[in-house]
Amino acid sequence: MTTSTISPASARPGVGDVYSDRPAPSTIGFDRVVGVELRKMFDTRSGWWLMAAVVILSVLASGAVMLWGSDAGVHYSDFGQAVGIPMAVILPVIAILSVTSEWSQRTGLATFTLVPHRGRVIAAKLVDVVAVGVLGMLVAFAIGALGTVLAGAAHGVTPTWDVGLDQFASIIVGNVLGVLVGFTIGVLLRNSAGALVTYLVYAYVLAGVTFALAAAQTWFADLEPWIDFNLTQGNLFTGFPDTGEAWAQLGVSGLIWLVLPLAFGLVRVGRAEVK
Amino acid sequence: MIELTELTKRYGRDSRGHLAVDHVSFTARPGRVTGFLGPNGAGKSTSLRILTGLTPPTSGTATILGRRYRDLPNPGREVGVLLDASAQHVGRTGREILRVAAQTMRLPGGRVQEMLDLVGLTEAESARRVRDYSLGMRQRLGLAAALLGDPAVLVLDEPANGLDPAGIRWMRDLLRDYARRGGTVLLSSHLLHEIEVVADDIVVIGQGRIVAGGTKEELLADERTFVRATDSVALAAALLADGHSTEPVADGLCTDADLATTGQVAHRARLPLVELRRADGAGLEEMFLRLTADTQRETTHPTSGEGAAA
Repeated sequence: MTTSTISPASARPGVGDVYSDRPAPSTIGFDRVVGVELRKMFDTRSGWWLMAAVVILSVLASGAVMLWGSDAGVHYSDFGQAVGIPMAVILPVIAILSVTSEWSQRTGLATFTLVPHRGRVIAAKLVDVVAVGVLGMLVAFAIGALGTVLAGAAHGVTPTWDVGLDQFASIIVGNVLGVLVGFTIGVLLRNSAGALVTYLVYAYVLAGVTFALAAAQTWFADLEPWIDFNLTQGNLFTGFPDTGEAWAQLGVSGLIWLVLPLAFGLVRVGRAEVK
Repeated sequence: MIELTELTKRYGRDSRGHLAVDHVSFTARPGRVTGFLGPNGAGKSTSLRILTGLTPPTSGTATILGRRYRDLPNPGREVGVLLDASAQHVGRTGREILRVAAQTMRLPGGRVQEMLDLVGLTEAESARRVRDYSLGMRQRLGLAAALLGDPAVLVLDEPANGLDPAGIRWMRDLLRDYARRGGTVLLSSHLLHEIEVVADDIVVIGQGRIVAGGTKEELLADERTFVRATDSVALAAALLADGHSTEPVADGLCTDADLATTGQVAHRARLPLVELRRADGAGLEEMFLRLTADTQRETTHPTSGEGAAA
């Protein structure tokens, strides 16, 4: 019935060979993958709102301090702390979704057929979430500074700029570590809802449990700085560790909660089926 | 050129695990459309996922243009892949999905508009989010993404799903034209007719194994006679009495008697015929119905010819 129309290609071999002997294209560079993955963090409605939330929440936090802050002068540290709180939630969420959406939204089919080396894609995402984490904090700090200036003008006092450069740095490092925890959970679970809940449990429920346990049990209070990454990471918000032991505790707890799980998750991502 | 060699995928660790793909070997050649035909759950999609590096095989190899998929330096420029048109972020616009792919492949920006024009997605449609796309629009977008890098090979899993008849015809012409220019097309379907109208070569898979393969002409060729009478039972009896085998197929009979003999037998038995022709395609259809029936009933033993025709 349709056989008469099928044969041109087979009947006249060589009629078309526009695809033969083409030179192989050059490899996709890592910088390109980084650029593409960054774009994918912004180009959906939800992604755009998450980025917008960095600005919106910083403004709200600064506004809250202006309205309800202490009357004893205007201190930048109050604003810096206030804008840091929503950032500690929103930036890890951005990191989680950048990974999990490949599975939950099933974009991985396209992503990993265009870039079959999954490690490159995940590494590019890692670069992007760290960059977004640092930039997000800088934006939040800037908005906090603006709030400080406005509050000073409103109250007719000279603001106190009481946050040093090293504290800026330690807060940013602390936030980036939080972003990496979110990223790690995303890589481990590869499911948006599960990873978000797990992150919240880790960051808030678990932190409360270890705090209570340390208060009740002295043996745990001694052990906690070595194994509780929530604690060691959280300490960064008030400054870098001032002893070698504290640095070692940050390293050991980070190894347990960040490095090992991430390595395990990366191995599994490499082997998993993408459906 | 696509080559699958002894490709095997077993789910579950021990030897009792489910064999989704069982030593599958075939070749899809340039300049031809190869149809990968099988009932749902036969192992088509798993084979294609292994081919494109999304699922690791248990054993065997799959190469495209002589390389494993993961060894292709910029896969989108050499292989167009459409495995599931619905696997897209629903919050992204159609145009943005193509832009992201074009950026990954290092393509000039104009290519996105060319592909949108080719698959017939309008300016307004391309600006909509995929959430609001019909399945047919998603298939068109998926084809646009597959063709974006001007690849030499196309791998398409059930691309006709969700397309209306006009869309199916459009896709058939597009794929045939693409093959005529020297491209290699491998497309899967669970519908015999879909494959029949577009493919030059056909590979049939059932329960993870290749059960038939060859050019369409070879597979459709059937020396037997297909005959339909108002009284099939009486005609079957008459043919049997004359020493010919018969088998019920669809609403008629297949017999090893030739056309003239069949006519004479019917004439002698005074049975009016409704249809009399060579049985081309009936064999493939029977085999395919049997495969489908096996899968649907989840039986492990082969069903009889009678069951297949029901």
